[in-house]
Parts: sequence; structure tokens; C-alpha cells
Amino acid sequence: MKLNSALLGAACAFAIAPAAFAERGTDGEVKLTFPQAVSIMNPYLSSGTKDIYAASMVIEPLAGFDDSGNLIPKLVSEIPTVENGGISEDLTSITWKLIPGLLWSDGSPVTSADVVFTGQYCMDPAGGCAQLSKFEGVASIEAVDETSIKVTFTGPKPNPYTAFVGATAPILQKAQFEACIGAAAPTCTDQNSMPVGTGAFKVTGFTVNDTVSMEANSNYRDPAKPAFATAVIKGGGDAEGSARAVMETGEFDYAWNTQIPPDSQAAMAAAGKGQFVVAFGTLVERLEMNMTNPSADLPEGERSTAMHPHPFLTDINVRTALSMAIDRDILREVGYGAGGKPTCNIVPAPAAYASDNTACLTQDIEGAKALLEASGWTDTDGDGIRDKDGAKLSILYQSTVNPIRQDFQALIKDWWSEIGVETELKAIDPGVFFGGDAGSPDTFQKFYADVEMYANNFDGTDPEAYLTQYKCDKAPSPENQWQGENMNRFCDPAYDAMVTELSSTRDPAKRAEMAKALNDMVTKDTRIVIPLVHRGTLSAHSNALGGVMINAWDTEMWNVADWFRVK
Amino acid sequence: MTDNSIAIPPAQSQLGAVWNQFRVHRGAVFGLIVLGILVTFVVFGPFLWPEEKLKVSEAMKVKNQGPSLMFPLGTDQLGRDMLTRMMAAGKVSLAVGFVAMIIAIFVGTTVGVMAGYFKRLDGPLMRLTDLFLSLPLIPLLLVMVMLFRDKIASIMGPELGAFTLIVFAIGITSWMQAARIVRGEVLALKEREYVLAARSIGAPSRRIILRHILPNVVSPVMVAATLGVAEAIITESVLSFLGLGFPPDFPTWGRLLFDGLQYMQLYPERVIWPGLAISLTVLSVNYIGDGLRDALDPRIRGR
Repeated sequence: MKLNSALLGAACAFAIAPAAFAERGTDGEVKLTFPQAVSIMNPYLSSGTKDIYAASMVIEPLAGFDDSGNLIPKLVSEIPTVENGGISEDLTSITWKLIPGLLWSDGSPVTSADVVFTGQYCMDPAGGCAQLSKFEGVASIEAVDETSIKVTFTGPKPNPYTAFVGATAPILQKAQFEACIGAAAPTCTDQNSMPVGTGAFKVTGFTVNDTVSMEANSNYRDPAKPAFATAVIKGGGDAEGSARAVMETGEFDYAWNTQIPPDSQAAMAAAGKGQFVVAFGTLVERLEMNMTNPSADLPEGERSTAMHPHPFLTDINVRTALSMAIDRDILREVGYGAGGKPTCNIVPAPAAYASDNTACLTQDIEGAKALLEASGWTDTDGDGIRDKDGAKLSILYQSTVNPIRQDFQALIKDWWSEIGVETELKAIDPGVFFGGDAGSPDTFQKFYADVEMYANNFDGTDPEAYLTQYKCDKAPSPENQWQGENMNRFCDPAYDAMVTELSSTRDPAKRAEMAKALNDMVTKDTRIVIPLVHRGTLSAHSNALGGVMINAWDTEMWNVADWFRVK
Repeated sequence: MTDNSIAIPPAQSQLGAVWNQFRVHRGAVFGLIVLGILVTFVVFGPFLWPEEKLKVSEAMKVKNQGPSLMFPLGTDQLGRDMLTRMMAAGKVSLAVGFVAMIIAIFVGTTVGVMAGYFKRLDGPLMRLTDLFLSLPLIPLLLVMVMLFRDKIASIMGPELGAFTLIVFAIGITSWMQAARIVRGEVLALKEREYVLAARSIGAPSRRIILRHILPNVVSPVMVAATLGVAEAIITESVLSFLGLGFPPDFPTWGRLLFDGLQYMQLYPERVIWPGLAISLTVLSVNYIGDGLRDALDPRIRGR
């Protein structure tokens, strides 16, 4: 252990060494490829991840997130907190202080007026800003002095790090965008494709839906960075093609979003020219158990509602047995390879919020059989399917049309048949399944099936809103036109009480503890949700590119200034 | 010295004459043999090569294997035997193709003959045909499947229910070409002398249609039918791809093809086998259609 960490430390020191001594612009060109081409360099006018990531190399927010989800200052000298006086005691305002002497890439100083302008730009009612949610609850933004900005909220805000935080809310230069406010925003083609920024690079050429050329920003705040003199983002093609361009042909240094089957991943990695890196956010592929009866014999309007409890999934032993029969590591291997890891949690990250719940990771077919046997589920009529009091363990298992999900369905069906549970599979067009149309019987809210599989995640690093989904009153039903996120129709007053308590708790340690408890209540304690695989975003970088630290909480180019050429 | 007697061929049944002409068409005979082999493969194959049900843990050890004695066509990404899957899939695909085609041809010919022969029905029936032609096929299928799938499945079970619905849906949406072709032919035929003669001696319409008109429209119908089989197999693949066809664990050639697509570079045989099977079926059916058209057309027969 000790030797290992010592070696690791030494290796890290060597890896970092060239970067530390490098000078700006000495490492030539870095080439990136995105399967989807960049169409605009202004995140306020596009919700496309490709555009946000490309723009993040040029324009920056006041603060961002590092690779483990912690806040890091970018254009400010420190993160405001209640302790350092940056956040008011009543949590209604936050004051940011810019780094003194900060310059735009055109040489003019960055001032609080730019930040205030950016707020006005996005919040202009005529503008149609794509990132308006970042400014939700903001009452006013004012410049206190040349370098201080005070953001006031309409009420107390436990998480005030929304406006100007993260790659989706960067600061624009007032002088450049002044004429582009409101309805004029999309017409400013030059400004939107070549914004003046504070980032490590500045745009030198832009071809819509094709190429972005950049060169090192001579006014970047760290005089030794970036190591690369120029950068190019080439767009288009598909995930497989961009992965190949990095991993096999070596034409590019970095490829974003290379989601390809595990077998192809292994074959490409074997070429030895590059490696895949995975950003693990909070996306979890899971099975949701229906606690209500979806039988087609029930009249429309009573099907899958709290009026009729499920004939057998309400028995915790059945749910536990279903979970025990699954080998999550095989699922990961078949579906995602390096791009996934088996999990038992619905809140798998950030580390502070992830419960240490790992008991489900070992498959136990015999244990599952014994559990069913002991709780009275036996095969009384000899057809290979267990039953009890006339109820048969026969499951309708639905998901969306997707090759990986169909593989998962086939495997899980086989495991369940080994423990004496019959499964009928159904695959639904994703547009219909996630469409939310109250008239369609096939939506995931209506849940006219016993078990359904999909993936879900939460934005940012705080799981509060996500955990609220399992409250009693969030259950979809005819009364609320089948809107709601509590697909399972799970209802536990203790859970609801704890969620309410969570929303009024401010201490981070306590919040984390409660989030873990809530996670455990729906996973290991009740098996209402059976998490399967924690999915990441797969990117690839060449072995000749150093300094890459994949990040699921912010842009993957968050530390592009630190990237260097391995010689 | 001179022998003036001409050898008169022995009297031959019509069926025999058709067969003799069919035999001359090499492509058609080849097509018939290939189709025969494919049908034998899917119908009798499972008896010769019974499915061996492996547990998941065992199957995962043999996934992604190439052809071997144990798995003549290799295994897929979940360790399932490709040969077994090809046979099971072929049974469904061929059945869908032929049954849907029969429905389409039956409806199309009936509508075509009625419209062509009875002047009064011509307008309404042809407008109905236009109506169906102008309906977008895929959305119509989607609505049909969504409305009726659960109901039919609860009566006939998920698999047979899906089969009935798909076959019916494809058949009912692909008869229009056949109807138009048949109507055109019938319009020309019903003014021919022998039809007029038949009518003048008082033959009822039913008799004239069955005896004098239908045999003469067989060749264009055959061509439409053979193209229909291919189209039905492909439409079924599209439906499966959209999640509206058979349940996902129920293989068809189209589904195997789509499943294999993402593994095309590493395991090309995954797409080659189902692709080859679909192409061979379509090609052989087309050739058979070609040969049948020649053999059934009295003007070509005997030349």
C-alpha cells in the first residue's frame, strides 16, 4: 500500500513536472474532435453541450467545479461563504470579488460592469436565454465597486452558487455585446462566434458546424499557460469515428463523447495510442418497481394507481429476490465496459453524498431462491413459475428501444427465470416512453407494467430536488394528468418528513448524512428502486496529451490551460 | 421421300405447360431451390439443431465467439447461439413476408377487379385506393399497433398477437399498387373479343371474372406479389426497430441485423448472416416471380 502510493506520487510528480516548467505556447497545436459540430460560441444562445464545452475554452464564469465536484474560483480571488462574509447571514445575497488586474483577451480590463451586463443579457425578457434557470430567483445584480458584484435573491437561497458559476454561465464582455441585448442577441453573428474572453484561448477562426480555430490568449492570467500555442476543434462524424481518430489513427488529441460498445473500446485501447477517460456524473440505470396493480383487467383510471396495490411486488421478499438474482458486473461489462460501474445507489456521486451501500453487488441466485421459498412463494402447479395464493410471479418488464437496454432485458429475464420468475419483455420508442403524453398508455409515468428500466440523474452536485421525487404526492395519477416523478407510487411518511427536513437543513455534513439515509430508504431498505449501473460519459485522449482531468460536474475542458504535450 | 407429317406434341395439362416453361427459366429454378433451402432451414432446422438453454453465467463465458463445431455460426454478445437465433428469426420473417403478401394481394386483386369490371364501383374504390396511398404508412402503423396491441395480446398472447397484428397491418397498407395494376389490366381485358363473346352468350359476371379475366392478370399480380414479400420483411424490421413489432426477445432477421449493426466492425458475421438471409429470400422470390410471369403468360409460353 505504502510503496504503491509512493510510486503513484512519484509518477504524478513526473507527469506534472513538464507542465510546471512549460512556457506559454511552446507545445504547438492541440486538436480536438467533437462528434457533433460546434454551431455557436455563446452558451446563452445554445443548450448544446458541444457549444458549451467549446465556448468554455474561451469565456469563463466567476467560479467552476473541479473534477470531484468542489467549487473552485476562476475569475474571483476566493469563493464567497457565510464565514468569509461573502454570503449574507440570511442567505439572500452573495458578493463576488474579481481578481484585481484581470484582462480580456483584447487587453481591456475586466470590471464588475461586465458581470452586471452578463446578468442583464441573459435575464432580458426579449432574449430567450438558454441558461435562464441559472439566474432563477435572482432579484438584482449590482456593481458595488470596480471589482465587486452583489447578487441579491428574492428569498433565502441555501445554494447561491448558480448565477455566474459553471460553464453554462460565463462572463461576456460588455463592450462587445452591448448592442446584442434582447431580441438582437441571435443576430450578432460575429460576437456569437468570436466572443472576447478571459479563457486560455481566443478564437481566430470559426466555421459554423465545422471548425473552431483558436490561439493562446496572450493576456491569460497565468503567464506560463497555456502550453499550447494553438487549438482546433473539428466537429462532425459519429462517436465511433472520433474515437478512432484519437485511439487508432492519432489524428486528434482529444475526442469528446465517444460512447461505443465495450468490445470496440477494448479493440481500440489495444492499439496503444490513447486511452478512454470516463466522467462519472450522477446518471444511474435502474429498475423501478411498480407498487400498484397495472393489470389490463382494471378499468382505465384505476390501473396503476394507489387504489389497487400490486399483487406481489408489494412483498419486500420478492423485490429483494429480484435484486439478488442480478449480476450487475455482467451488465456493466456487456453494456458499458469502462463507461460504467455497478452500483446499489440512486445517488452514486458526489462522494460526499454517496452511501456506502454495496451489498447488492454480489449475485446470489441460491439465496434469492431460498428467500422466495421461505416467504411462501413456491411452484405449486409445476409450471416452473412460483406462485402463492393464486398470484403468479409473472412480470411485464418494459424499457425503451436501445440495443444496450435490450441486452439488459434479455440477461435479467434469464436470471429471473432461474429463480422461477416469468418475464415478458416490452420495448417502447423512447420518444413515446419519455414523451409524457397523458393519452398514451406507454409512458414511463403511466407505468402500465410491473417493472421498468431507464436512467435518471440530477443536475449539479446537490441531490435534494432529485430525492424529492419519491415523495407520496409526486406519484403520477389520473388526478394530476399522469405528471410526477414517483413512478413507483412509493409512499412512506417517514421519507416525506425527512425530505422536508433536508430542505431546511444548511449544514453540508448533515445534508450529506440525510441524503444517504434517503438513498438507503428507497434502495437497500425497501428495494423500491433496484439500481444497476452508474453510467459515465466516455471521452478519449491521446497518450501524447497530458494534464487531462475528466470532469462530470463542469465542462471537460475546465483545465485546458493545464494541458500539455507529452514528449 | 419427304415426310410431311408434323410431330404433334402430346396433349398437356395447363399446369404441366406452365411447369415446362418455368423450368426453362434458369434464374427461377435457382430461386426456387434457394427458397426451398431457406424454408427447410427454418422449418426443419430446429429439429436437427435443438436449442441448448445455457444459464447466463455459462453463456457469458462463450460470448462473441467465432464459428466452431459447437456454434457453427458463432455466438452473439450475450453468448446466444447464432444458428438457433437465425432459424427462429427466419421462421418469423418468412411467415410475416408471405402471409402479409397474401393478404395484400388478395385485397389488391379484389379491389382492382371490382373497380375495373364494374363501372359503378370504379370511382369509389379507386378514390379509396388513393386515400390509402396518401396515408403515411409508418404513422398509420404506429397508431394501429398502439391502439390494438394490448387488446390482441390479451386474447392471443404476446407473440401470436404481435404476429397477427403486424401481418394484418402490413398487408392492409400495401395492397394499393396491386389494385391499380389489376384495374388497368382489367379495363383493357374486358373489351377483348373473348370477354365480349362470353358476355353475349349470357355468362354471369362471376364466371367471366374467374374464368376469363383473372388468369390473364396473374402475371402482373405475381410481380407485385414478389416485390411485396421483400417489402413486408423490411417493413417488419422497421417496426421492430421502432419497438412496435415483436417483443424484444423475439428474434427476426431484421432485428438481428439491427442488433448486429453496432458490432459490424469487430464481428462482421453478425450482420452478414441475417443480411444474407434477407437478400437471398428477396432475390429468390423475385426470380421465382419473374419465371412465373413468363410461364403463366400464354403469349410467352411456348416461344
